[in-house]
Amino acid sequence: MLHTVNKSPFEKNSLVSCLEHAAEGSAILLIEDGVYGALNGSAVADKVKGAMGKTTIYALGPDLDARGIAGKVIDGIKVVDYAGFVDLACENDKVQAWL
Amino acid sequence: MSEGTKKFLYVNRKAPYGTIYALESLEVVLIGAAFEQDVQLLFLDDGVFQIVKDQDTKGIENKNFSPTYSALGDYEVTKMYVSKESLEERGLTVDDLMPLTYEDEDDDWAEKDSIILVSKDEIAALMEEQDVVLSF
Repeated sequence: MLHTVNKSPFEKNSLVSCLEHAAEGSAILLIEDGVYGALNGSAVADKVKGAMGKTTIYALGPDLDARGIAGKVIDGIKVVDYAGFVDLACENDKVQAWL
Repeated sequence: MSEGTKKFLYVNRKAPYGTIYALESLEVVLIGAAFEQDVQLLFLDDGVFQIVKDQDTKGIENKNFSPTYSALGDYEVTKMYVSKESLEERGLTVDDLMPLTYEDEDDDWAEKDSIILVSKDEIAALMEEQDVVLSF
């Protein structure tokens, strides 16, 4: 299934809770302030890296660009555009939004 | 500073586009500066994201208000305090921030840095020395 996270991991525990509750093979898409979870070298980066492999982590490119962090994303996170967001929503049977 | 001038600290703790706080703070900062108050900004927690450089909001169809921070020096807002710990927690350094400067009228209009990195203890002292603290 697809998990979306739209809150900053430094303000809420949405991302950490998502990473802890996403089953193997899940897709996790970071959107809006959730894209700060993709920052390399941050206090949550190790937790994100730890979930990669078990899950596939995506980040929405326009939200990275808006926040000036497109060049600072953890290696292995897949950057998608809005069409990619739609594809993920269609490919997965369910969506859980970590608000 | 003339009589009737107070020290104002604007505490910015929110990331720029997920909520309206950052933009609202900026609007109020500009008003305070227009009334010739002693205005200082503090970027703390996710507030440090407000002044990250290379913001490009075309894709999300939001107004990119980040260039406004660069103009604050012209409104005599010359002190932008940034939490060292908040930068570190986010994997950022001062090089990831926009270069914010002002021209010092008391020093032959020399261009000087507005950004001042501060520790937790320095932030505590900074808050105590204000007349007014406005929180965003």
